[in-house]
Amino acid sequence: MRRGPSLFNVTAVALGLAFLYLPIAVLVIYSFNASRLVTIWGGWSLHWYRALMQDTAMVQAAWQSLRIAALSATAATVLGTLSAVALTRYGAFRGRLLFSGMVYAPLVMPEVITGLSLLLLFVALGIDRGFWTVAAAHTTLTMCFVTVIVHSRLVGFDRGLEEAAMDLGCPPLRTFLTITLPLIAPAIAAGWMLAFALSLDDLVIASFTTGPGATTLPIRIYSEVRLGVKPEVNAICTIMIAIVAFGTIVSSLLAKRGAVRREREAALGAAV
Amino acid sequence: MTIGQAKRSWSARFVVLIPYVWLLALFLAPFAIVAKISLSQTALAQPPYQPLLDLAAGWHGLKDFAAHLSFDNYAMLGSDWLYWLSYLKSLQVAAISTIILLIIGYPMAYGMARASRRLQPMLVMLVVLPFWTSFLIRVYAWINILQHDGLLNEALLRLYLIDAPVAWLASDTAIYIGVVYSYLPFMVLPLYATLEKMDHTLLEAAADLGCPRWKSFWRVTVPLSLPGVAAGALLCFIPICGEFVIPDLLGGSETLMIGQTLWTEFFSNRDWPVASAIAVALLGLLLVPIVFYERLQQRAIEGTR
Amino acid sequence: MAGGAADKPVLVRFDGVVKRFGVVTAVDRVTLDIAQGEFFALLGPSGCGKTTLLRMLAGFETPSEGEILISGHEISAVPPHKRPVNMMFQSYALFPHLTVEGNIGFGLRQEKVGRAEIAVRVEDMLALVRLKGYGKRRIDQLSGGQRQRVALARALIKKPRVLLLDEPLAALDKKLRAETQFELMELQRKLGTTFVIVTHDQEEAMIVADRIAVMDQGRLAQVGKPSEIYERPNSRWIADFIGEVSLIEGTVSQTDTIATALGPLLIEESAAKAGDKVCLALRPEKIRLSEQRPAGLEINALAGTVHEIGYRGDISLYKVRLADRSLMKVALANIGGPPPFAVNDVVWLSWAPTAGVVLTR
Repeated sequence: MRRGPSLFNVTAVALGLAFLYLPIAVLVIYSFNASRLVTIWGGWSLHWYRALMQDTAMVQAAWQSLRIAALSATAATVLGTLSAVALTRYGAFRGRLLFSGMVYAPLVMPEVITGLSLLLLFVALGIDRGFWTVAAAHTTLTMCFVTVIVHSRLVGFDRGLEEAAMDLGCPPLRTFLTITLPLIAPAIAAGWMLAFALSLDDLVIASFTTGPGATTLPIRIYSEVRLGVKPEVNAICTIMIAIVAFGTIVSSLLAKRGAVRREREAALGAAV
Repeated sequence: MTIGQAKRSWSARFVVLIPYVWLLALFLAPFAIVAKISLSQTALAQPPYQPLLDLAAGWHGLKDFAAHLSFDNYAMLGSDWLYWLSYLKSLQVAAISTIILLIIGYPMAYGMARASRRLQPMLVMLVVLPFWTSFLIRVYAWINILQHDGLLNEALLRLYLIDAPVAWLASDTAIYIGVVYSYLPFMVLPLYATLEKMDHTLLEAAADLGCPRWKSFWRVTVPLSLPGVAAGALLCFIPICGEFVIPDLLGGSETLMIGQTLWTEFFSNRDWPVASAIAVALLGLLLVPIVFYERLQQRAIEGTR
Repeated sequence: MAGGAADKPVLVRFDGVVKRFGVVTAVDRVTLDIAQGEFFALLGPSGCGKTTLLRMLAGFETPSEGEILISGHEISAVPPHKRPVNMMFQSYALFPHLTVEGNIGFGLRQEKVGRAEIAVRVEDMLALVRLKGYGKRRIDQLSGGQRQRVALARALIKKPRVLLLDEPLAALDKKLRAETQFELMELQRKLGTTFVIVTHDQEEAMIVADRIAVMDQGRLAQVGKPSEIYERPNSRWIADFIGEVSLIEGTVSQTDTIATALGPLLIEESAAKAGDKVCLALRPEKIRLSEQRPAGLEINALAGTVHEIGYRGDISLYKVRLADRSLMKVALANIGGPPPFAVNDVVWLSWAPTAGVVLTR
């Protein structure tokens, strides 16, 4: 028999989650504060959201960030998926050790180092810094996260399915497109979303690799935050949290609905 | 890999080559450049260092270039106490934070692994969710709480636990809070992954053989979760060492962490060679844990095959 | 290897096939013919190389040495998707994102067969495997037995020259497995397709197959009809691997006698020369068991005490301890109810000279 969680287990999880969510809750609540002062509650208000809309620099930075995130997440998803396929499917190829090292190192590499090294590369090559350099840097950073996610799905993938397709006359490339890809699609989608979120979030690497006219949202927020708490910043943070929460909840609900439907149909199938 | 082994097709080469070339160009090559610039001198020029490698000058240019390289920057790093303190501070913050993270994260991951199967995906999502929201936002959220007239002081004053507001911000305490808060999911998730995978019958076997509950926790659960502990600890320790945002926003100005020092040298002093030397030294410091982490990853992959 | 491929034309030929994985030799110089329309079984313990041999035929592995021919054409260079063989996988490998129809019709879609024709042929296949009305189901809505039949239909729809079955019944429970074995045989007779099955279950191989190749450590140990392999094993290993057997070591003294620790034993005349070290293999059901010494038998009659009785319902397997302390297995059909002997009873064992097989290897 599996024993249920003890009181200690429940407390540990509850306190941990409270620790994770309390500061975010505070931030969200105070974004609706009518008063400028943090300690004084001046009643509910959307004042700071209106102020935010008029802050063209902030809005522009947000737009810039979204474009970079969309581009780099897409590129990272392609590269990361290819790496994952290479790592799972091509056993020992020449330079595999170096390759897997390079794939996993960015996961733990301090951002200041990655940022500095990429900047020096762009300078050495004489590339003008801006939108494209940030996007390239973010692609490099986030592709390893995509690789990890897709790789774990591919490892658990029944190779027999691909062999069966080929056995039935499906050439390798089409097998990948019609069998493998649909089945690992959820992992690829999750990888894209994570890459998008990480790109949207990054301050350090963007600070190094950006140039004039390509201020991203985190850089903008950072320069505001250094000067202390601002209710407008609370507001934009709340918007970002809402977007992330919405995206996560919708995707998990979709996944869950699919699972429930499958379960119900399976029960039906067994009964017949 | 057996399919198409006879002739590794062009498509297979393609699959490996594209990400490989990308990583070589944008991950490995930049390190070589960092290493090279760390051996250069600061110059009032654009780019602000010399010598510049002039490949057009051929062999002579290369020799000229090599002759001008120097270890002065590293000598300076070694002789200036500022840098030593900065390194030590980084190690201290990373080590202490990792220990606190383990103390908070282990019971949490253990509790999650013991929760009912239906609840577990939900709990994992709750731990992952903050990780999806901006790092910057999460650090910033603590400023709301920790600042002089922030909520923490307010609450403590109301409870008569303190007489006057405490300066939480700009202190090591604030750094620890921020680091532990930001990195908690990185610690909990690998721990949970190993604890959740653990065969429950092992504990039953231990009980069957006369091992009391608390003892089987220490003799069975903990040893089996060590790979998760190592993964979580490294996943936290290594990036914390180079952390910039958290100490910059929450910490004080007396002793900087190495990430801040690098940032300052680069952005404020525009001393690219010294910043590069710091990066190389930091990388050298982290090489052992990074290699260890990679080994762990590799073994995890082989294990799941 | 002869083994009686007999009159039918050869369809598949393995010629000196070797497969190495690094330092391990999984398949070692296998030369084997499989005839047109045959139900052929590759049998052996796990790791003997039987699955590797099958996968080389399917094209998932490439031989390190040797040739594989189908209808006289060398196929080593042909990729799996262009080979005229189809495989039923041990895990079934049904595509979870496709319906039953989608799975069964998959192979035809690869050949750009028209939609209407695919629909017709899928329906035919569904009828053949008794899954009519299940076409729109998804794979996770099927039971294990139904999945097995979908996998079979999917592999058969392209009318392959050879159908490969990799442990096709391993996932089914015992009762269903027995039924399905007969279904497979019936199907094979009906279609006339050459079937090559890989199994580790000797009983299954003997029931379904026309001929069996027994493999051991990558080599062919014996190839032949099930009865040949059971009745005329060519080595101690085969005799021991297939069914129950008692082995008695001895030396040939005359062409029809061997000297053993139990005294001289009469054998069928064999090619063995006097002085050869041989081994007499005796199947348990070929030995008679009696209370008294059988009258008129001077030789091939030994006394012993019952050591153990394994009651199996239809038969009982006795282990009888002989004078030299060795144990001999005797099977007795329980025709008259429960076993007539008890442990420690003194019994007599006897057999005809033709009952044993003299093994030199």
